[in-house]
Amino acid sequence: MAISEAKPAKLLDTKGLLCPAPVIKTSQAVKQIEVGEVLEVVATDPGSKPDLTSWARMTGNELISMSEDQGAPKVYKFRIRRMK
Amino acid sequence: MTLATQQSKEAERGKKANHLVLVVTNNTIDKVYPPMILATTAAASGMEVDIYFTFWGLKLLDKKGHTRTKIAPVGNPAMPMPNIMGMLPGMTAMATKMMKGKIKKYWPTIPEMMQQAKEMGVRLHACSPTMGLMGMSEKDLIPGTTSICGASTFLDWATDPNSVTIFT
Repeated sequence: MAISEAKPAKLLDTKGLLCPAPVIKTSQAVKQIEVGEVLEVVATDPGSKPDLTSWARMTGNELISMSEDQGAPKVYKFRIRRMK
Repeated sequence: MTLATQQSKEAERGKKANHLVLVVTNNTIDKVYPPMILATTAAASGMEVDIYFTFWGLKLLDKKGHTRTKIAPVGNPAMPMPNIMGMLPGMTAMATKMMKGKIKKYWPTIPEMMQQAKEMGVRLHACSPTMGLMGMSEKDLIPGTTSICGASTFLDWATDPNSVTIFT
């Protein structure tokens, strides 16, 4: 199985929430999974795309993949691997 | 990107400031949410955070005043209300109620955000000269206030090359 298809250990739905909630909730959720496991986050805040990218870089967690659908509002999906 | 440039970028990132120092000088809704959002996000990103509450910002650490953050339509050209109307009695309360109603859908209240910040390890400091000015003592501060300090302490944080300071 490819890394990007690894089954997430936890799902986090932040749809409808604005900055900083997606980042705060992601940082809390990532502590609830084991190192090496994957967290999947869904969000509708368009700021979550650059914000979670920056958050992952700052905290040293790995943003494995990021996708968005064409819905209204757009739903962004992130897969983050806890690194430490 | 070559591996070398990638590595030098990584090294550069390693040099980034990891300590956020915020100064809160006011206790209106528009002057409090931005620093609280930055503080909680910084803490969530592994940064150390110190917030220095001074002048009206100190009301946020005042047991009696920390839930009373308001917004005034007077002197605020972005508000959909002429100043002369904003001056009328009750207009500040009305604008506050409307704004808090809107905010409620997306963000925690300010006392909730302060609580969240404390739980995340954000340090909250009361400005000692402002306390004197307002006749406040240690027992007037909300539980969890980290310290009472003055300009030298603040400068000690602010001059650290690993820190970044923002006035709000």
